[in-house]
Amino acid sequence: MQQLPPRRIPTRRTFVAGSLLVTVLPLASAQAAPDTMMAAVKEVTGEAAVRPGRVTLDIPPLVENGNAVPVTVSVESPMTEADHVTAVHVFNEKNPQPHVFNAWLGPRNGKAIVATRIKLADTQKVIAIAETSRGEFWSASADVIVTIAACTEDVN
Amino acid sequence: MANVLINAPGTARKGETIELKALIQHPMETGFRPGADGRLLPRNIITQFTATWNDIEIFRMKMSPAVAANPYVSFFAVASESGTVRLRWTGDRDFSAEGSVTVTVT
Amino acid sequence: MRKLSVALGLATVFLASLAMAQAGKDQRRSGYQDMGPTLQKMQDDDTANPAMLYVQAGEALWTQKAGAADKSCADCHSAGSMKGVAARYPAIPPGGDRPVDLEGRINLCRTEHQKAAPFGAESEQMLDLSAYVALQSRGMPIAPPNDPRLAAFRMHGGQLFKGREGQLNLSCANCHDDNAGKKLGGATIPQAHPTGYPIYRLEWQALGSLKRRLRNCMIGMRAEPFDEDSEDYIDLELYLMDRARGMTMDAPAVRP
Repeated sequence: MQQLPPRRIPTRRTFVAGSLLVTVLPLASAQAAPDTMMAAVKEVTGEAAVRPGRVTLDIPPLVENGNAVPVTVSVESPMTEADHVTAVHVFNEKNPQPHVFNAWLGPRNGKAIVATRIKLADTQKVIAIAETSRGEFWSASADVIVTIAACTEDVN
Repeated sequence: MANVLINAPGTARKGETIELKALIQHPMETGFRPGADGRLLPRNIITQFTATWNDIEIFRMKMSPAVAANPYVSFFAVASESGTVRLRWTGDRDFSAEGSVTVTVT
Repeated sequence: MRKLSVALGLATVFLASLAMAQAGKDQRRSGYQDMGPTLQKMQDDDTANPAMLYVQAGEALWTQKAGAADKSCADCHSAGSMKGVAARYPAIPPGGDRPVDLEGRINLCRTEHQKAAPFGAESEQMLDLSAYVALQSRGMPIAPPNDPRLAAFRMHGGQLFKGREGQLNLSCANCHDDNAGKKLGGATIPQAHPTGYPIYRLEWQALGSLKRRLRNCMIGMRAEPFDEDSEDYIDLELYLMDRARGMTMDAPAVRP
């Protein structure tokens, strides 16, 4: 386990949450910083330009538990042989790793819509990137506030 | 084998775009979480999910530890011809599971 | 004592019918109603609700022969005969002198009729089977039996609910009666009606029983949880089910 980050000044929330923080810290101790996320994005896009637009990232702005956050990525595309989305990549900023999932699609999908549920260790930004058969990259991002559950069972 | 739930329309019109939804029982242990003894629980996740329609791959997904436990996936497919949609999950510790549904195209 | 029990039983019936007559004024809210639309949607879609994976496994267990009697649940109980059962328990089993909850009833069937070893508390099989049985009460009103013998146990459950305990010196009622609807950290404090058990709690990333949830609360209060096989659990469950009488079952539910 890596070293813990500097303790933040306790807010009312962290005070109320009390020792529940214990369950949050281990996850926060190794986290994908914004730079790490951008590096992971680069692995997919290379030096190509990533333009905002055409992608809708549907994720609740406030979640009651970060263990299962529903995410739907929809991309505007005719999904024809000539012009379709070939892949959808999702990244996050503050989990231990920046990768969430990569999905590969094609004209046989008809619609470029992928949904799943993800884990978010903390309040953070999530980014979705769509890659098209024409070599373009489109993106959307969203900020998610993650609240913590009350009365967990791992209070040590 | 792990419990699998697949939801797809049993019938579809030719050329119609249908939604396929799947749920599978799996802990998706991240490898970043300490267990009761304070040591990290080893990573145990599904890494790959694929879907084929009559044996032709139509969708593939690479999962990371950030995919929630008991993974849920939804995607779409054009109902081109009647046949079998086969879903396959593979992952750490030689995990492998499969499920299929039949779609009749009219 | 018996007369008192009967009187209490009748009073409960009267209060329940009064509650139903005033349904429009019912201030009670289920945990489902306190969740955001995202989680409600997760629960409502049977392919998205992870609890349904356990139901599927429970359905397979239902027809699996077990024990020295080599009998399955289905050999005695017809399909659909479990409708309303989860909405009724805890109850006193035939020949018994104190209530058992649904899990206890399942284990009585295991030991008495199947001549098999009981399932462990919180075991995967117990959760699977109780989820399968509970699903059959989905949409039905919670309807505890009007058995006067239950009154004393229920009253004890009520005392447990209202009694302060633990290092924080809190009672269940402090949160779930006095401060329900307010926030604890970022979470809404629910009224604690057991409409959806067993529940798939995102915090657990798994299905769990009402006992597990109660244990979580006690740990949260820095109190020592009841022993695994303590009758206190049953009495508290009995009180909670009566408190939720008439509310709609939504098991197996999703909760944060």
